[in-house]
Amino acid sequence: MSAAIELRQVSKVYGEGRAEVHALREVDLSVRGGELVAVMGPSGSGKSTLLTIAGTLEEPTSGDVFIAGHELAGMSRNDRARLRRRSIGYVFQDYNLLAGLTAVENVSLPLELDGVKGKVARAAAMEVLAKLDLTERATRYPDELSGGESQRVAIARAVVGERRLLLADEPTGALDSLSGETVMRMLRLASQQGVAGVVVTHDAQMASWADRVVFLRDGRVVDQTAPSAGPESLLAPGAGK
Amino acid sequence: MSIRHALLALLSEGPKYGLQLRQEFESRTGEVWPLNVGQVYTTLQRLERDGFVESEGSGGAGPQNVFTITPPGSDELTEWLRTPPDVIPPPRDELVIKLLVAMRVPGVDLAELLQVHRRHLVQAMQEYTHLKGEIAEDEVELALVVDSELFRLEAIVRWLDTADARLKRLPARAASKDAPRVGRRIAGIRR
Ligand SMILES: Nc1ncnc2c1ncn2[C@@H]1O[C@H](COP(=O)(O)OP(=O)(O)O)[C@@H](O)[C@H]1O
Ligand SMILES: [Mg+2]
Repeated sequence: MSAAIELRQVSKVYGEGRAEVHALREVDLSVRGGELVAVMGPSGSGKSTLLTIAGTLEEPTSGDVFIAGHELAGMSRNDRARLRRRSIGYVFQDYNLLAGLTAVENVSLPLELDGVKGKVARAAAMEVLAKLDLTERATRYPDELSGGESQRVAIARAVVGERRLLLADEPTGALDSLSGETVMRMLRLASQQGVAGVVVTHDAQMASWADRVVFLRDGRVVDQTAPSAGPESLLAPGAGK
Repeated sequence: MSIRHALLALLSEGPKYGLQLRQEFESRTGEVWPLNVGQVYTTLQRLERDGFVESEGSGGAGPQNVFTITPPGSDELTEWLRTPPDVIPPPRDELVIKLLVAMRVPGVDLAELLQVHRRHLVQAMQEYTHLKGEIAEDEVELALVVDSELFRLEAIVRWLDTADARLKRLPARAASKDAPRVGRRIAGIRR
């Protein structure tokens, strides 16, 4: 099976000459459907750049991006726009919900923009909201939602439809620990249902919800965690420190 | 964990048999603080000697005796709950020592060294978090313990991140120069 997203030797340079910034250097990253990967690194290490390139919002200076096995470079602008609309969901730190729309309208919007009929789109949106425990909030406006609820609505909007790739940039940055935890549980739930997730954070507790943590430094992937040994190992005799 | 205070807490709910105390102690704390159950009876004996509990009957601190908390016992429990734990750390953390030593060893890539420890800590955090993901909502005691471990480990990761950033900013220092002495200046903060 091909990875949901794969970056091969991706580099990104902003600016020119003395203003040149190497935001990413020869980054390899591959994420399968069903896997949640966290990207950790200090500010300025290239996390957001990595995410915008994975989300096809920006092009790499060099290297290749594959989405579900399709090489991005060979696609027309239209194909790429459709792929972005249909397959990729984005979650940002500041939720980015439209203030004039209710929660369910925010979630159904991407489907409607893609030509899905209103009723069908709304039903799909309600279904996702229910999975994220938001049925009761569906007809509320963003200013009537708490930060944690807003972020869960944003996740619902990012996974509604046939989206295969969920990209989140510091999604818990504005939340208290428990709301952040709820958001991470939801991202994990989405990934367990088959979506490939990439979440950028500098918070180790949030990152530790991921199956794998990738460490970025000065635009390079310098390290990653081994696959989890599972909680059993904590309870084994002599485990721990 | 103070067994004394755990037993006083159980008795603050009402009088209990020795055996019952032993079982409740095990079921409430067993997973988190495995302990030799024999300690329950010897501890009860000492609590009685100190006047914090009373027992009915003459069999000593055995399974068939009923124990009751006394007013001084209640005061002791309240006092203990409100006493700040000793958060002043031991003289020097092992990880801190390793970094201070590494700074004097030629050829060590400090960022890489910090990353080795960061990875190790984050992996441990992943295991705790996965455990948290499996805890049922009403198992709040276990969740509280896991949270506390996670915050402790996170604090170390944040120290590593800060150390990393601090060292990155530091202009190269001649290796021959003596390391500034930190011991005496820190000693004033520590007991
Ligand atoms: N649009 C841009 N133009 C110029 N430089 C940029 C741009 N976006 C990011 N950078 C630079 O690229 C580097 C990586 O940025 P970013 O990916 O935002 O890091 P992070 O999200 O880890 O904080 C930084 O030095 C940043 O200043
Ligand atoms: Mg960023």
